[in-house]
Amino acid sequence: MSTTTSRTPALGGEHGENGSAGQRDQDGKGGKRGKGGKGKGAGRQLHGGKITYAVLTLFTVGSLFPLVWTAIAASRNNTRLAQTPPPFWFGGNLFKNLEIAWTDANMGTALFNTTLVAGSIAAGTVLFSTLAGFAFAKLRFRFQNVLLLMVIGTMMVPPQLSVVPLYMMVAKLSWTDQLQSVILPTLVSAFGVFFMRQYLLGALPGELVEAARVDGASSWRVVWHVVFPAARPAMAVLGMLTFVMAWNDFFWPIIALTQNGSPTVQVALTGLGRGYIPDQSVIMAGALLGTLPLLIAFVLFGKHIVGGIMQGAVKG
Amino acid sequence: MATDAPAAPSEKEGAAPATDQDAILREERRRERRSRWYRRDVRWSPYALIAPFFVFFLAFGLFPLLYTGWASLHRVELTAPTDMEWVGLRNFSRLLSDDFFWNALRNTLTIGVISTVPQLLMALAIAHMLNYRLRGSMFFRVAVLTPYATSVAAATLVFVLLFGRDYGMINWALNMVGIDPVDWQNGTWTSQFAVSTIVIWRWTGYNALIYLAAMQSIPDDLYESAALDGASRWQQFLHVTVPSLRPTILFTVVVSTIGATQLFGEPLLFNGSAGANGGSDHQFQTLGLYLYEQGWVNLHLGRASAIAWTMFLILLLIGAVNWLVSRRLRKSS
Repeated sequence: MSTTTSRTPALGGEHGENGSAGQRDQDGKGGKRGKGGKGKGAGRQLHGGKITYAVLTLFTVGSLFPLVWTAIAASRNNTRLAQTPPPFWFGGNLFKNLEIAWTDANMGTALFNTTLVAGSIAAGTVLFSTLAGFAFAKLRFRFQNVLLLMVIGTMMVPPQLSVVPLYMMVAKLSWTDQLQSVILPTLVSAFGVFFMRQYLLGALPGELVEAARVDGASSWRVVWHVVFPAARPAMAVLGMLTFVMAWNDFFWPIIALTQNGSPTVQVALTGLGRGYIPDQSVIMAGALLGTLPLLIAFVLFGKHIVGGIMQGAVKG
Repeated sequence: MATDAPAAPSEKEGAAPATDQDAILREERRRERRSRWYRRDVRWSPYALIAPFFVFFLAFGLFPLLYTGWASLHRVELTAPTDMEWVGLRNFSRLLSDDFFWNALRNTLTIGVISTVPQLLMALAIAHMLNYRLRGSMFFRVAVLTPYATSVAAATLVFVLLFGRDYGMINWALNMVGIDPVDWQNGTWTSQFAVSTIVIWRWTGYNALIYLAAMQSIPDDLYESAALDGASRWQQFLHVTVPSLRPTILFTVVVSTIGATQLFGEPLLFNGSAGANGGSDHQFQTLGLYLYEQGWVNLHLGRASAIAWTMFLILLLIGAVNWLVSRRLRKSS
């Protein structure tokens, strides 16, 4: 995949062109002198010093501490949390608090709902993005560029802009408090289409598609036997990213769903935070329950998610 | 044309036996059908492939977007969303004379600046360090990204506790170094600072990875030649890394600005039990929260639509300014 070439269209013609022109210019200079300087190693290949490790460790602690502390607070009780100094180590109330959060705050239902919602959204986004991404990357059709521009343009539109009519639609269809009201509007993603297009531009040789065509394969066979296998790594990454985003989505779910109907985890947590259950340690137990599945996924697939974001970043 | 074509060869080969001719004819027809079908497939299947996206996009993206504009010109109440009464621009003029709107706009800008600027600067620094050859670099990368996996709701609930006035850990730590406890929730600046902290915590690592990805595609030659010219590490960072990252930085600025304009979950939940007013004195009510309050607490959907469109116009304005500034910067360098 040629990262630099595919980054330019993402960031608008004029800017990209200028940027790469500048780079080319400097490249020429660097190339000439680089030969003499070989062996010394490039600037970015330098090993990190002690300070680097210290700062990064500090930042890591800052990143992880609130999460660890969620677990600590969830394992205490309300009285202990209302004392100074705050607790720094685990107490014995974790399972009791988890149980209260599970039953009283509807967390069990919420976790089930969220899994369903995020799973459907991820599956839909991956499927539809791959199809559209393939069409934009490898096929030629009328209005292609205009339609692609439309896709890119919609990435910039905030969700607030459509929330009122969406709510009216949901009310009209009597979908209030039903999960499809959250799933359907988010089932496709412009980012996904763009992401898959950029990936397939590089990862899927045009000859492969042509060869399948010459053999008499229909477009659908090409999609099934050529595109899907080639796109699998990017599909996995897009699926994970979409799942995380859908799991954490907040604005629309708390408008479309209620705490006592069929809440997602985020909606249930909102209820906790608004003090339906005043016990802080139970609130933290709920927060822990809502975060734990993703944290586990991060421990297992963190590497791939990081890889996906880095890949998507350069290209998106 | 499709029907003429198979007939043409049969005329030429008029002398051939009838059965042969039939077979040839059938074969010709079949081939013709297949190529017609193939052409049709090549011509129309791209549209079939992009159709699912556009069907959903039109239904749940474009239509609502435009309809918001229509609704903003009406009086619409949540209690009876189908009864729309034309009021022209009254929702907008009302908005402009509403102190709470200006307050929310001010808060959104302030919180946006004090969350985005440190966030991106820190992300740049972290990315630069992650770009060194490190032992356990994957661990650091995953660790800094972990907050990204946390939801707004979960993160805000934790930070509400950490920023607690009487027993919060932050005030306790401040007390250790001799600073009086701060009432994070009730002050204007302090509450906005606290809300920004949540944003910064969740998004710095994500932005750092975006920068890191871009840094890794900077050719080594640039650093080599800079080093030969006697540039220190800091100078290399300033004169090689940052200029090469300019498109990526612009991208993150745009994305973070959009995110900051929509800020909603953090101020909603930082408030605890008080609902959508963004603090006792609206001290950290953002535009997103104000929209929610107008639409779903005060039940004025028309006014909420007007706020949505105003937010969109502000975004466009910021986008234009961004573009002008970046063009200026490019020209001057």
